[in-house]
Amino acid sequence: MAELTYRDAVIRGIAQEMTRDPDVVFLGEDIAKAGGVFKATVGLYEQFGPLRVRDTPISEQAILGAAMGAAMTGLKPIAEIMFSDFIAVCFDYIANEFPKSRYMTNGQVKVPLVVRTGNGGGARFGAQHSQSVENWCMMIPGLKVVAPSSPIDVIGLLAASVRDPDPVIFLEHKSLYATKGEVPDGEIVDTLGTAKIVRPGKDATILALALMVPRALAAAEKLKNEQGIDCEVIDVRSLVPLDTQTILGSVARTHRLFTVEENPRLCGWGAELVSIVADEAFYDLDGPPVRITTPHIPLPAADILEDLALPSVDRIAERVQRSLNA
Amino acid sequence: MAKIEDRAAAAATLNDDIGEQKRLALYRTQVVIREAEQRAYDLFLQNLVKGTSHLSLGQEAVAAGFAGAMQPGDLSFCTYRGHAHTLARGVSVTKVLGELMQRDIGLMRGKGGSMHLTSVDHGVMGSYAIIGAHLPIACGAAWRAQYKGQKDVSVCFFGDGTTNIGAFHEALNFAVVWKLPVIFACENNLYMEYTPIADVTAVPHPAADRAAAYGLPRIIVDGNDADAVYRTALSAYDKARAGDGPSLIECLTYRYSGHSRADPAKYRPEGELEKWKERDPIKIYRERLKQFGVAEETILGIDAAVKREVDEATEACKAAPPPALDILTTDVYADGGFAWRN
Repeated sequence: MAELTYRDAVIRGIAQEMTRDPDVVFLGEDIAKAGGVFKATVGLYEQFGPLRVRDTPISEQAILGAAMGAAMTGLKPIAEIMFSDFIAVCFDYIANEFPKSRYMTNGQVKVPLVVRTGNGGGARFGAQHSQSVENWCMMIPGLKVVAPSSPIDVIGLLAASVRDPDPVIFLEHKSLYATKGEVPDGEIVDTLGTAKIVRPGKDATILALALMVPRALAAAEKLKNEQGIDCEVIDVRSLVPLDTQTILGSVARTHRLFTVEENPRLCGWGAELVSIVADEAFYDLDGPPVRITTPHIPLPAADILEDLALPSVDRIAERVQRSLNA
Repeated sequence: MAKIEDRAAAAATLNDDIGEQKRLALYRTQVVIREAEQRAYDLFLQNLVKGTSHLSLGQEAVAAGFAGAMQPGDLSFCTYRGHAHTLARGVSVTKVLGELMQRDIGLMRGKGGSMHLTSVDHGVMGSYAIIGAHLPIACGAAWRAQYKGQKDVSVCFFGDGTTNIGAFHEALNFAVVWKLPVIFACENNLYMEYTPIADVTAVPHPAADRAAAYGLPRIIVDGNDADAVYRTALSAYDKARAGDGPSLIECLTYRYSGHSRADPAKYRPEGELEKWKERDPIKIYRERLKQFGVAEETILGIDAAVKREVDEATEACKAAPPPALDILTTDVYADGGFAWRN
């Protein structure tokens, strides 16, 4: 058992998979000799060499296209898109190429790859380096979409993503890189499509993802300590596949549903989950589901504004309390 | 002047770098493409081919020349104008027409359609309908060969219009920097879609004039001459297999039909099509075979056999059922289905 940062967990996860399988290769901008702009790939170039850990030009289409061609023909590439906002410049691969090829070719073409990308706000980088883009990816049939919130999940879910036969978008949260957690020694492999109850409770279910998970947990503690409200917090972890059974089971026990989403409000993942619960567990609910999201705005750079935009511990707690007391 | 019989005898022994056997194969491939594409057009008119379709009539020599230069295991990445390159790799006319006609016997059982012909077993790794997308993908396949020490080469075919999209430039730079065994084959048919390529491109030769920017030689080939294409392609394959990196080849050719089914090609100046038809690739090649002493009946025999093959394929497709409805939701994910939740 060791305490690792989320950043070091990325390194360990990639190294674990590259050690296991020589077909795992890794490409991206500044990921090799420089060790990554977030220092989340330090040492991999030295450990695995220039044939397996390769710096690319600033050519996001070339990065994802090359990853796809390699995946189609037998490698298991991990491609890094430095900031998830940049997915927009190579969205063709995310939207048209990775996810449609297997279907269009009646199963002939397989695209087993992982796109790792730094997602989310909180770093004061402004609107083009801060967005949470999980909903851009979640809406596309054929992709899998994963967003871990803790170091142990980074390793386990990254390993599961690399071993998965489908294209996986792996969203690392920039504001979590420095956070720490206990990680056992040895190989760690998790399962995609499994949500995790990170805090059991009986009064309300709070669904959260990535950076919103520690905030939801803190809000739950605050609600418990200050109001005596006992919230169950679920780390959704995997948007596709989506573990609806864990969520529906929780709602059946707590009878209230809250989502905490960093993405801009429209078409956020919480909307889909609220829809599922409304369809399938309407009579389990004692009140309307509530979505706590970033407003439908681009993210501002100034800290005071960005903090106002992203769901905060206080806002989550206040919104849950207001709804339960209504 | 030598008597005809003498000339024929000389040609039969004439074994230049291409040779008679290869030439007959190059000819046959061009005729297969011509007949199948013409048939596809006729089937549109009967409403038996639905959706859209992009024909390679007039461009047969490019597909034949490249395919002739390939070795088993080499990979092709095509555009939506991909019927020719798919047929050139030996995929049956039935499989191709079946896909165009949305039949269960189609190459992808009707799930892909005209623009996405794929036959991994034949090395046809896909036909891509987003301009430029497959150039980086071909780079990735080439990277795999390089990484694993495998000797196959990947080629991507694309039109002149592709040279103005970002992915073209990203892929060229990437392939040169990584020294990948990949060939970029531009079919310059003078029109991006409806607009002359010259009206929208900074240089006269949309691919070749960009080569210098990536440290590559400027290569232009007569795309209506299958021998010229074959020889140029072969040297690019040799270069790639030797580990000397990518090539960019601009093949000058002309499409006889419009951009797609919907396009009557009225934007073409009067006489242009006729002028190009004088240099029809199949006409050129027939003359060459005759020059080399191939008997008329051999040529006619190939023509008739291909015609028969396309006729039989057409009848087989007409008789074939449409896709089974249960494939609507198959092969979205690797487990064979489309489940996104539990």
